[in-house]
Amino acid sequence: MSQLLQTARQLRSEIGHEYEDKLMEAVFTDAAQIADSSVSRDTQRARLTLDRLLDSILTHPIGGFLAMGLMFFAVFWITITGANVPSSLLADLLLGEVYPLLHSAAASINTPVWLSGVLIDGVYMATAWVISVMLPPMAIFFPLFTLLEDFGYLPRVAFNLDRLFAKAGAHGKQSLSMMMGYGCNAAGVISTRIIDSPRERLIAIITNNFSVCNGRWPTLILMGTIFVAQAAPPALASLVAALSVVAVAGLGILMTLLVSWALSRTWLKGEASVFSLELPPYRPPQILRTLYTSVIDRTLIVLWRAVVMAAPAGAVIWLVSNVYIDGASVAAHMVNFLNPFGLLLGLNGVILVAYIVAIPANEIIIPTILMLTLTLGSNSMGAQAGVMLELDSAAVHTVLTQVGGWTLLTGVNLMLFSLLHNPCSTTIVTIWNETKNLKWTAVATLLPIALGFLVTFLTASLARTL
Amino acid sequence: MSAKGEACESCPAYNHAALKKMGIDSEGADYIVALAGNPNTGKSTVFNALTGLRQHVGNWSGKTVSRAEGGYNYNAMKYKLVDLPGTYSLLSTSTDEEIARDFILFGQPDVTVVVVDATRLERNLNLTLQILEITGRVVIALNLMDEAERHGLQIDVRHLARSLGVPVVPMAARQLQGVPELLQAIEQVASGAIVTQPHHISKYDPALEQALNTLVNQIEAEYPGLPNARWVALRLLDNDASIIQAVEEKRLGELRLSQQPTLTRQPLPVEMVQ
Repeated sequence: MSQLLQTARQLRSEIGHEYEDKLMEAVFTDAAQIADSSVSRDTQRARLTLDRLLDSILTHPIGGFLAMGLMFFAVFWITITGANVPSSLLADLLLGEVYPLLHSAAASINTPVWLSGVLIDGVYMATAWVISVMLPPMAIFFPLFTLLEDFGYLPRVAFNLDRLFAKAGAHGKQSLSMMMGYGCNAAGVISTRIIDSPRERLIAIITNNFSVCNGRWPTLILMGTIFVAQAAPPALASLVAALSVVAVAGLGILMTLLVSWALSRTWLKGEASVFSLELPPYRPPQILRTLYTSVIDRTLIVLWRAVVMAAPAGAVIWLVSNVYIDGASVAAHMVNFLNPFGLLLGLNGVILVAYIVAIPANEIIIPTILMLTLTLGSNSMGAQAGVMLELDSAAVHTVLTQVGGWTLLTGVNLMLFSLLHNPCSTTIVTIWNETKNLKWTAVATLLPIALGFLVTFLTASLARTL
Repeated sequence: MSAKGEACESCPAYNHAALKKMGIDSEGADYIVALAGNPNTGKSTVFNALTGLRQHVGNWSGKTVSRAEGGYNYNAMKYKLVDLPGTYSLLSTSTDEEIARDFILFGQPDVTVVVVDATRLERNLNLTLQILEITGRVVIALNLMDEAERHGLQIDVRHLARSLGVPVVPMAARQLQGVPELLQAIEQVASGAIVTQPHHISKYDPALEQALNTLVNQIEAEYPGLPNARWVALRLLDNDASIIQAVEEKRLGELRLSQQPTLTRQPLPVEMVQ
C-alpha cells in the first residue's frame, strides 16, 4: 500500500467517526453565512400561500388520495370523450377512402393476390388501425399528463404513495418509476436507476409492469366503453367507462404494493431505505411548449414505435389466417388448441392467440382479436381472412358478442388480463439489460402472467357461481 | 418577444447570433462544460436552452437518470455540455453523487456550471461549496430568479459572486432570460479571461484542519501540480473507496493531463441481496 494511503488511514483513526459530521458542519456554516448575507426577504409579501393551500389539499392523508383519484379520472374522461370523433374521422379516411384505392391500384398493375394480401390487408390495415385508434387518445392524454407534470403534481403523488411503499418494504422512489411506467414500461424500468439499493431496485423493476402503459390504454378504454358502459344508463356511459379504466389502473397500483410487499418479505428481504423527496413549488404550466414537446417527444415517438411493430405483425396475422394446414388455417389450429384454457379464464382462444402474436407490442391486441374473431367465426360478416376491419365501437360490440360469443365477463377479464400479463418484448429486453440476470428477468416476465391467470380464473369462477 | 429582442440587440451581452446550437453533436469540442446542481433546479432546462436538444424536462427531482451530452458553438469555439444527475451533495455514496463527482473530478471539465435555485439558496450552496473545493473553474447559474421575486426574495448577486469568488449569472431559464450572459461567463472562465478566486471552506475543526494540511503536503509532494489536492485529501480522510482506488491505480497523476472524460455510465449491476 502506498505511503499516502497509510498516512490517510492513520489520520483517519485519529480524527474518529465524527469526520463526516464535522465536514458537513463546516460546509453548512459557510453556506448559511453566505446565503444570509446575500438574501433579503420582502416581509410585506405573503410567501407561498397558494402553494401551501394547494399542498394542504393535495398531500392530505385522505384528501390527497381523493384529489388523486379525481384528477386521473378527469384525465381519462377527457381522453375518452375527446378521442371518439377524431378516431372515427381518421378511420373513415384511412380505411374507408385510402384502403379501396390501394386495392384498385394493386389490381390495375396485376399484383398477385397473396402479395396485395400481405401488404394491403396485412401491413397497411394493421398500421392504419393502430394510427386511427391510438393517435387521438395519445394526442389528448399525453399533453394532459405533461401539464400535470409541469405543474409539479407528480411529486405530490409520489409523496402520497411513499407511506404505502414504505409499508410494502419498497423504496419511496418506486412511485416515480411507477409513474414513468404509465407512459412506457421500458422507460419505467430504466428510470429505476434512481433507486440505489439493488434490492429495492429489483422490486421496482419486477412490479413496473403493473403500471398500465400506452399500448394498453386503448384496450382498456375500448373494453370500458363497449362492455362496462353498456351496463350503465346511456347518460352515464362515458363516466362509467372512465371509472372502469381508473379502477383497473388503481388495481395496478394495488398489485404493485401487494407484490412489493410479498417480495420484500420473501425473496428480497430487507428494510426500506430512507430518502428525501423534494416537493417543488407549483409552477404555472407552459401550455404551448408542453403541447409541442408532448406531441413531438411522446405522442409521435410512441406512435412510431406502434407503427413499426404493427406493420410486421399485420403481415404475420394475414399469413397465419391464410396458410392452411389440414383444411384449417394456422390461426384456427392455435385458437382451437387454446380455447378450452381461455374459456376457463373467462377469456377465449382468440384472446390468448392475440396476446402471443402481440408480444412485440400491446398496441395491436384489439385489431388482432377483431380480425381473428371475424375470420374464424361462423358468420364472417363479409370479412376476408386476415383483414383487420375498422368498425365503430357499436359494431365492435356486435361482432364480439354475436360472432365471438363475448359477454360482460369476457370484456372485464380482458381488461384485467391487459393489466396482468407478460411485459412486451422491448420491456423484457430492457429488464435483461438493466439486471443482466436471467432469473430476475424470468421472474419479471412470468410473475405478472401467472397473476393474470390466477385473477381471471377467480373472476370467471365467481361469475359462473352467480 | 420581438420588441424585447430588438431592444436587446444593442446590448453587448446580446450574442444570440454567436450561439449555434449543435444538438447532440459534440465531437472535437474545444471546451468541456459540466452542468451540475441540486435536483429540480432547472438543469435540464438550461441544457436544452444551450444545445437546442429537448431532453425531457419535468417539475420533479430525479428524472435525469444518467448524464446527457450535447454541444453548442459560441464565438467560433465548440463546447461540449454534459448534464450531470442532480444531487444535494458530493460526499455520500449514492450512484448519482458518484457519477456527478467522478465527472467533475476525473472528467476535468473546463468549466463547471452549477445551476442554483435562487429560492433555496442556502441548501443549494452546500453543493456549490463542495464543488468549489474540487474546482475553481465554476460559473453559478442563479436560476429561478423570477420565482424568487414572486416569493419576495431579493438576492444581492454581486455580493454572492464576491463571496463565492466565481461569476454568478441571474437567470430565468424557462423564459430564456440570462442565457446570453451565461454563455459569455462560460466563455470567459473557459478561456481564462476571468480568473476565479473560489471560496474554500474556512471553518474546519482545528484537528481536521491539521490532518488535512499534513495530507495535502504529502499529496503535493507526490503529485506536484495536482489542481485539487485539498479535496483529494478530504476524500482520503473520509475513506472514499473510489479515490483510494484512483491512488492505488496511480490514476491521480492523470488528473493533470487528461482532458477527455474517461468514465462512462455502466448499467448498475443488480445482484441478489441476502
